[in-house]
Amino acid sequence: MLRAYLLVAAAVFAIGLFGVLSRRNAIGILLGIELMLNAVNINLVAFARAGAGLAGWILALFMIAITVTEVAVGLAIVIVIFRVRRTVEADHLDLLRG
Amino acid sequence: MTGETLGLVAVAAVLVGASVLVVLARNLFHSVLWLALALVATAGLFLLLHAEFLAGVQVLLYAGGVVTIVVFAIMLTERLVGQTLRQMNRGIGGGAVVALAVFGGIAAVVLRAPLGPAPAGPGPTTAALGARLLDDWVLAFEVLGVLLVAALLGAVYLARTDD
Repeated sequence: MLRAYLLVAAAVFAIGLFGVLSRRNAIGILLGIELMLNAVNINLVAFARAGAGLAGWILALFMIAITVTEVAVGLAIVIVIFRVRRTVEADHLDLLRG
Repeated sequence: MTGETLGLVAVAAVLVGASVLVVLARNLFHSVLWLALALVATAGLFLLLHAEFLAGVQVLLYAGGVVTIVVFAIMLTERLVGQTLRQMNRGIGGGAVVALAVFGGIAAVVLRAPLGPAPAGPGPTTAALGARLLDDWVLAFEVLGVLLVAALLGAVYLARTDD
């Protein structure tokens, strides 16, 4: 059973990774990151069930809370970028390119 | 087929399908709605794993909080709401190859790993989780609270206008 959960999580992680690599919009990239972090949570809870016990739950709880802060700050940054550059397309944000 | 296997197959199908639509939907709004479905399906997985409290946290924080603020961010940054511009960049082929390779690598490790059978007896309980959080992990718990406040203040500071 544990194997099945881990495979589902791996699939979600790979899908999220594809989203991060292929999306043009910065918000779309953030959605991909959400999927990847979500896959990690599935792993943690599955391991908790398979013998790791409470440690897995506590890690998952902290992961969820930290992910929420990450999204809040990330979206605030996206909004500031949009205000300054009038675009949130990651390909156009190349100010630091030499 | 036991009930848990059946539930796992159903929830996993919904989760993977919704995840694919999150990354492939041409309209970013639809993307977020599929993400909400994927996150709720994850809560279903947590229920199958007997982590009821985490399933509740998942629905409240992710499906409730994250999806809401992402929708706000889209409304603030898309000049033409509902437009279906090209959403994919040139990296779509390379991205697919990398994602498949990562999945293959993880799957190979998972399939070969010597995993024992799940231990019998009840797993962790929510009551024990609460007790441990406010006992061994109380320092990390409090630091997490400080982090949440700092992140919210930072987000408000970044996103507000100057005047």
